[in-house]
Amino acid sequence: MTSSVGLHLKTYSMLLIMVVFAPLGNVLLGKGMKSVGSVVSWAPSKLPHIISLVFMSGYIWLGIASLLTFFVAYMLILSWADFSYVQPASSIALLVVALLGYFYLGERISPLHWTGIVVICLGVFVVGNTPPRTTEVR
Amino acid sequence: MREALLLFLVVASGTGGEICVTRAMKHVGEVTDFRTLAVVRVILRAMKVPWMWIGISMMALAFFSLLAVLSIENVSFVVPVTALNYAAGALGGKFFLGERVTPRRWAGVLIVCIGVTLVWLGKR
Repeated sequence: MTSSVGLHLKTYSMLLIMVVFAPLGNVLLGKGMKSVGSVVSWAPSKLPHIISLVFMSGYIWLGIASLLTFFVAYMLILSWADFSYVQPASSIALLVVALLGYFYLGERISPLHWTGIVVICLGVFVVGNTPPRTTEVR
Repeated sequence: MREALLLFLVVASGTGGEICVTRAMKHVGEVTDFRTLAVVRVILRAMKVPWMWIGISMMALAFFSLLAVLSIENVSFVVPVTALNYAAGALGGKFFLGERVTPRRWAGVLIVCIGVTLVWLGKR
C-alpha cells in the first residue's frame, strides 16, 4: 500500500526528470535538424540521403538520448498515475523549451507568441492541479 | 500546409502512442522498486505487452514527423503547438482508458487551446 506522501514524492521526482530532459531533447533535435536543412523534398530517392544526414548529426543523438531518459521516467510514472494527469503536469516543459529556443538558439519570439506560451502554461497549471489517480488499480 | 499536416501527425500519432503505452504500463502494474535491475525488469516485462509495441510504432511516426517539422519551423513554435496533445490526451484518457476527466481539467484544456491559437497567430 503506497502512502499519499510517498505517491506524491515519487510522482514529483519523475516529473522533474521529465521537465528537464524533454525540453533539452527537443532543443537539441531542433538544432540538429536546422543544421541538416529544410526537408523540402519527399521524393523517395532523396530520403536515404536525408536520413543519413539526420543520423550523422551529434545533436540528433544527444537529443535522442535526452528524450529516452524522459521516456523511461514517463513509462515509470504512467504505471501509477493517470495519463490525463501526467501529460499536462509535465508540460511546464513547454516554457523551458521556449526559453531555451530564445536564449540558446536565438529564435525570434513575438509578444503574441510569448503570450500564447504563457496562456498554455496557465492552462497546464489548471489541469495539473488535479489528483494523480482517478481509476482503481487493477 | 505541409507544416500543419506534419504537426497533426505529431499530435495525433504521439497521443495515440502514449495512450497505448499507458494501457501497457497499467497492464504491467504499479512500479514500486526503483533499483536499476528492477527498472530494467519492468521495461522487459512491458516489452512483452502488444500495446507497448503499437504505442512505440505510433510514437516513432510522431518522432519522425517532429524531426521533419523541426527542419522547417522553430522549436519555440513547434513544441508549444504540440501542446494540443493535452486536448487529445484528455479525450483519449476519457474515451480509451476510462479516466475521469474533471470540469477543471477540461477548463485547463480549453485554456491550452486558446494559448496554442495565440502562438499560431503570433508566428505570422
